[in-house]
Amino acid sequence: MQVLSRRLLLAGAATLSLSVAAGPAAAEDTIKIGVLATLEGAFTVLGEDSMRGADLAFEQAGYMAGGKKIEVIKGSSDASPDSALRAARKLVEDDKVDILLGPLSGSEGLALRDYAKTQPQTTFVNGTSAAQDTTLRDAAPNFFRFTTDGVQWQAGLGTYAFQDKGYKSAVVIAEDYSFPYSQVQGFMLEFCKLGGKVPEKFWVPIGNKDYSTIVASIPDDVDAIYVALGGADAVNFLTQYQQGGGDKPMIGGSITVDQSVMGSEARLGKEYLLGTPSAGPIADTWDDPRWRAFVAAYQKQYPDGFPSPSLFAHGYYTGALAIITALNDVKGNLGDDQKAFRAALAGLELDTPTGKVTLDENRQAIADIFLTEVTEGDDGKLYNRVVKIIPQVNQTMGEPRAEFLKLGPVSRTNPECP
Amino acid sequence: MTRTGQTLLLALLGLAAAGVVAAGAASMEVRAGKEVRLFLLTFLNGLTLAGLYFVVASGFTLVFGLMRNVNLAHGAIALLGAYLGYDVAKWSGSWFLGVGAGFLATALFGLALQTLVMRRMEGEEMRQTLVTIGISIVMADLMLAIWSGTTYQYQIPDFLFGATPMPWVKVYNSYRLFVLLIAVVIGVALWLFLNRTAVGMMIRAGVDDRAMLAATGVNVQLVFALTFAIGAGLAGLGGVIGGSFLSIAPGEDVRYLLASLVVVIVGGMGSITGAAIGALLIGMAEQFGLAYSRTYGVVYTYVIMVAVLALRPQGIMGRRG
Amino acid sequence: MVAVTDSLSAAAGRSTWSVVRIGFLVAFLLVYPFIADPFWTVQIGAQALFLGLVALSLMLLAGLAGMVSLAQLTVAGIAGYMFAIFGESTAPISLHWPWWAVLPIALAIATLAAALIGAISVRTEGIYTIMITLAIGVGFANFARQNYDIFNGFNGFAGVAPPPLFGVDWREPMPFYYLSLGVAVLAYLGVVYFRRSTFGLSLQAIRDNARRMEALGFNVTWHRILAYCLAGFLAALGGIFIVWFNGRISPGSISLGPMIDILIIAVLGGLRHPIGPFVGALVFVLLDNFAIDLIDRERFNTVIGAAFLLVVLVSPDGLLGLWDKLKAFLAKGREESGR
Repeated sequence: MQVLSRRLLLAGAATLSLSVAAGPAAAEDTIKIGVLATLEGAFTVLGEDSMRGADLAFEQAGYMAGGKKIEVIKGSSDASPDSALRAARKLVEDDKVDILLGPLSGSEGLALRDYAKTQPQTTFVNGTSAAQDTTLRDAAPNFFRFTTDGVQWQAGLGTYAFQDKGYKSAVVIAEDYSFPYSQVQGFMLEFCKLGGKVPEKFWVPIGNKDYSTIVASIPDDVDAIYVALGGADAVNFLTQYQQGGGDKPMIGGSITVDQSVMGSEARLGKEYLLGTPSAGPIADTWDDPRWRAFVAAYQKQYPDGFPSPSLFAHGYYTGALAIITALNDVKGNLGDDQKAFRAALAGLELDTPTGKVTLDENRQAIADIFLTEVTEGDDGKLYNRVVKIIPQVNQTMGEPRAEFLKLGPVSRTNPECP
Repeated sequence: MTRTGQTLLLALLGLAAAGVVAAGAASMEVRAGKEVRLFLLTFLNGLTLAGLYFVVASGFTLVFGLMRNVNLAHGAIALLGAYLGYDVAKWSGSWFLGVGAGFLATALFGLALQTLVMRRMEGEEMRQTLVTIGISIVMADLMLAIWSGTTYQYQIPDFLFGATPMPWVKVYNSYRLFVLLIAVVIGVALWLFLNRTAVGMMIRAGVDDRAMLAATGVNVQLVFALTFAIGAGLAGLGGVIGGSFLSIAPGEDVRYLLASLVVVIVGGMGSITGAAIGALLIGMAEQFGLAYSRTYGVVYTYVIMVAVLALRPQGIMGRRG
Repeated sequence: MVAVTDSLSAAAGRSTWSVVRIGFLVAFLLVYPFIADPFWTVQIGAQALFLGLVALSLMLLAGLAGMVSLAQLTVAGIAGYMFAIFGESTAPISLHWPWWAVLPIALAIATLAAALIGAISVRTEGIYTIMITLAIGVGFANFARQNYDIFNGFNGFAGVAPPPLFGVDWREPMPFYYLSLGVAVLAYLGVVYFRRSTFGLSLQAIRDNARRMEALGFNVTWHRILAYCLAGFLAALGGIFIVWFNGRISPGSISLGPMIDILIIAVLGGLRHPIGPFVGALVFVLLDNFAIDLIDRERFNTVIGAAFLLVVLVSPDGLLGLWDKLKAFLAKGREESGR
């Protein structure tokens, strides 16, 4: 009996797969979504968490949206724009995905934005890439970003450092490439406007791991140091700063005092870190039912994942959620060059684990930003406590678009207020 | 290059270094104290970083000197030593056990590599080098699979943590001074080993003329295996002591490899003294670059390399042929 | 043209069977874009051709002159960078010169750079080359990343495209494929011819015994530097295709990973014959694209590294060598069964 039913099932499956391969009618029942993240190279761990975020959203939707089946095809890059392009080409041109979700890092995002312009039949939804220019200048009509950029992530931080912490001057220590440039701009826009001074910026070349000489170079006559380093760089800098006898209070970029840094078993100096403010798109311990539900679902689904979803899982989850929601709105209709679907995406008022997200005219997210401070928990571990939520930060940081564009692209020397 | 030539060059380099310090000391009276302090700190940072580079590169140059084997998996072995040592240190709670484990595990790994792989293609230098490239690619990927992309850093013993009082610069990072000490100890130990022990003399004889060494009835394979083990062990040791003040993360393998390459190219392949000189030059260039010309700090080491190659293709202490 | 007739006459010297085989291969390469979709035409077909071209330059250096240079991709990258710097891109520092000036300038500067790399590295011997060129390549990538005035730093250049010559968009799948094919075939025939030229023969003699050639009055250093120039020119051609293919170039395009990829391609295919690099490139490109569908993409580097290791360990002549072994084995089997 069992054998028979299995055979029937197999036969059914065979006819089903035949019909899928055969007719356009069947193809319309499936929507192909490519997910692109860094599953190789130094960012592998982050790429894996991105995939968890995307999978979680599709899983929660039962791999169905707008009455159609969702087929997910994964692609991988090594965080270089060239490899992202190759992987995207494979997904778009060979696997013929309808929608591409990704990529993870900033320069990959810029490369895919340019590629998107040559593939008008496919809709691109950003993963976590946070370069400002991807959507601010020369945006692609079929590229949508439901996550905030590196400048937005620092909203509120400059003001908090100046007004609440009382720092009037700070030096910048950051890696020498585009993502830290935009973080520094986000911080300095507010800090300088209020009258804060940044006398010197220490741009540390990528690949340098020995920060001792940088530590020795930090001037004595500033109130604080603004540090935009991540991962191993943040750990190295912090331990060497401790050992070098540094005592200036720190202001952190979005990835400087995250769980990957504070969770490392290095001597970062607990006393020193306490009270360090930073800002970013998520806050691990935000006490809100939507966020708590998201974290719980993540932990349940991925016992081997991070203790709490990273901003990469969050970003890809948000992107996938936007895709599913818009597909539901248009009942899975991707006809007419996806016109209806894209209109639905552009008009979404998305309810995400971190609050409401809408898009501006360049299809760039307007969302809440979390201002946090390092605090000691009951278990003695360090975590980021939410101090304040900066509501609905847009890409021009509240400035009129024309004014903001006049500031020009971020660089080593832009902005400045010595 | 003759002995006298080598001594002369060493003396010149020593003089140059002394000149730099003297210039720094002299400018102390002219300039503000802060700048002098930065200069001296940068000098110390360069010196201690050179210590780390020397430990890693000495193993590389030792293996090359004897076997003409360019081991491009040297950086991957250093990172492997760092990871394994970290696990042992964490499990045992003892940093020193971690150091020992890092050295021993990679020495065994090197032994296996030599006896199982390299010996099969003896004399085929290019093939050996290509094999080490393949091995390093696979190793890097497997280490990523095992230890993931997390950043690790050793917990160093309390007496090494913190700062040591020093003249002029007030205080200096104790652990970095310890790294310098280790480098000097290893340098001296290697010198004694190569010059004062029977095995060491065999190795040196092998460097000069492998065929003659074999003809004298020495078990050359044993000498090769031992040298490879020591070379790999030094890489692992470097990984551990480097992982205690920098950190352990994917990509460090390439950093160690490139540092070793540049150090031995500048210093001269196969020469321990050359590795010391090369390490000093590169360490100083990196740190002074960071302090005074940050943008191109990462490029200076390569500029030095090209300059040395243009003047002395065989490196500062290298021999022709 | 000489090269073509030369290879044709060489082909005529072989059996009719091999002429037929070559005919089939040529016919297949020519009709390929009509049976393949745009993805297979460009990302697989054209990419295998121009990556093979860069690897061919390494084959010329390593196979004929015994110098394994890891900086061939650096030379290709310099050509690509120069094309973007002097020509059109979205970066404000591009000079927007006309393409007929930019193309020769880019090729010339890259060839010159190759000569310089050669001059630095030929003074030392054999396995030193691999280390020195590795260091030079990484050093250059670092410099490009730090320099914003010329190389536009970390961001590099985007919006780079082939010139719209004869009203054709050369980045469209078919034109791009045929252009790659044409240049690759010319380069291939050139190398086939070069191998048997006087200069090529003396290079191989230098590879086998430099001291003897020096004693015979050959200027070994100049021969080697000239070999770097020739190889550099081929790599530069490949570099132009790479930048057209990606439409962009940045320090990541010339970093250590892609440098090693070229070596993998050349060694995988085999350094003995100029067809090797193209075979290696095809296998590499297929693995690069489809490994994710077959195995876990996360372990791609283990797969490619192990494949490389296996080829180096089992067959020093790469896949070509394996193929020869297989043929010999089959022939032997036939003989035995015929007996």
